[in-house]
Amino acid sequence: MNRSSLNRWISGLLGLALTFAMLSAFAADEAADAMIQRLSTDVLDSIKKDNAIKTGDLSRVIALVDSKIMPNVNFQRMTAASVGPSWRQATPEQQKRLQEEYKILLVRTYAGALAQVSDQVVVVKPLRASPEDKELLVRTEVRGRGDPIQLDYRLEKTPDQGAGWKIYNLNILGVWLVETYRTQFAQEINAKGIDGLIITLTERNKANAKKG
Amino acid sequence: MKCARAFEWVSPKAWFHRFGCLSLLLSLFLAGCATGPNANPADPFEPMNRSIYKFNDALDQNILKPVATTYRDFTPSLIQRGVTNFFANLEDIWSIVNNVLQLKAEAAAESLMRVSVNTVMGFCGILDIATEMRIERHTEDFGQTLGYWGVGPGPYIVLPVLGPSTLRDTVALAADTKGDAVTHIDDVAVRNTLWGVRAVDYRAGYLKSDTLLDEVALDKYSFIRDGYLQRRHNLIYDGNPPEEDQGDDSSAAPTPEKQ
Repeated sequence: MNRSSLNRWISGLLGLALTFAMLSAFAADEAADAMIQRLSTDVLDSIKKDNAIKTGDLSRVIALVDSKIMPNVNFQRMTAASVGPSWRQATPEQQKRLQEEYKILLVRTYAGALAQVSDQVVVVKPLRASPEDKELLVRTEVRGRGDPIQLDYRLEKTPDQGAGWKIYNLNILGVWLVETYRTQFAQEINAKGIDGLIITLTERNKANAKKG
Repeated sequence: MKCARAFEWVSPKAWFHRFGCLSLLLSLFLAGCATGPNANPADPFEPMNRSIYKFNDALDQNILKPVATTYRDFTPSLIQRGVTNFFANLEDIWSIVNNVLQLKAEAAAESLMRVSVNTVMGFCGILDIATEMRIERHTEDFGQTLGYWGVGPGPYIVLPVLGPSTLRDTVALAADTKGDAVTHIDDVAVRNTLWGVRAVDYRAGYLKSDTLLDEVALDKYSFIRDGYLQRRHNLIYDGNPPEEDQGDDSSAAPTPEKQ
């Protein structure tokens, strides 16, 4: 083996090793706060670039939510927690319908909020967590004009899935989404049962869609 | 004796001890109490609260909301910003006192700095120079001060005209009114005008969330209630409540007594 071919072989090996190192770094799970920061910046940047979203184009918002946000959310857990104990009595079909309608309701809210985005930045606060934590709280602040808006997320560890963390609850200004909807849903379920809740949600979504 | 049941979780003895005859009076004029399996322990006066809520809502829909909408649509946004800033500056004065009462030295100092800067350089608070200078706002009222010192929220109360409150926050309102600079203006016409303008400015700020509320809440009354209670709890802990009891204020309330 002559010298130049040995050199080529070594540099080839080095390149391969580097590629492997990069790949494995990529596959390793991201830190939860880093993930939230990346996600927030990503979503804000997408909105700032997209005039259709700013004017409230719901289909564009849904596309954005589906592509960027939903892969990082355990929406089944979110729905189950919002529905409360009745979730376990619901049939798989009912559970599926509940998730679908709940998602539409929330995405609509989200669309309204996103339409108001202008020059905001999201600042992730220092994380207080130990490496063993299976669930943790990431606190952020949306800063723009006026007082900063508190926006916190609860995440669960999902090894080898997505970015390694999934959101299962969030709070805006200290008001938790799941806890607030638990009362809303419980009232409907107590009065009309799970099917009643599904009908109420479906009708609400239809009424909201009509408002444009 | 149904009312006594609803009172159990906040411990009647503790409440009478804390608020003396006020809670006695309140419980006396109560027409009905929420009972049954679905009654919310934080809201024992739900039937009464719901009727006051309905009254407030009608008042809002017919008077305050139309006025606020007109104000928003026909006043130059620069003036609207000035009005909001002006009242925020007055609010910051009371925040200084409450930050001191909560022994929050840095927040008190920053609030003091905000008021000085905005009053002097910002033409009596019309310009919010302090925010431009990145001096943080730390809004605190007397209800938060009481909460800071361990007073639980007590039952949820919807006040006529003023809206969502709790027993604690209602009691604190007396101090908040005293601490409000507008209260101390002797000229009745000026004082009433300022109160009116502030109400309209405040309402105008909530016009957007209003539409949102109509869309997301299945029952607006309980949505507002749960939101209010969680928000107040969160504010008392400056946005960082203890992990265990996210969302409810029961840890701050006295422990239930067995009878």
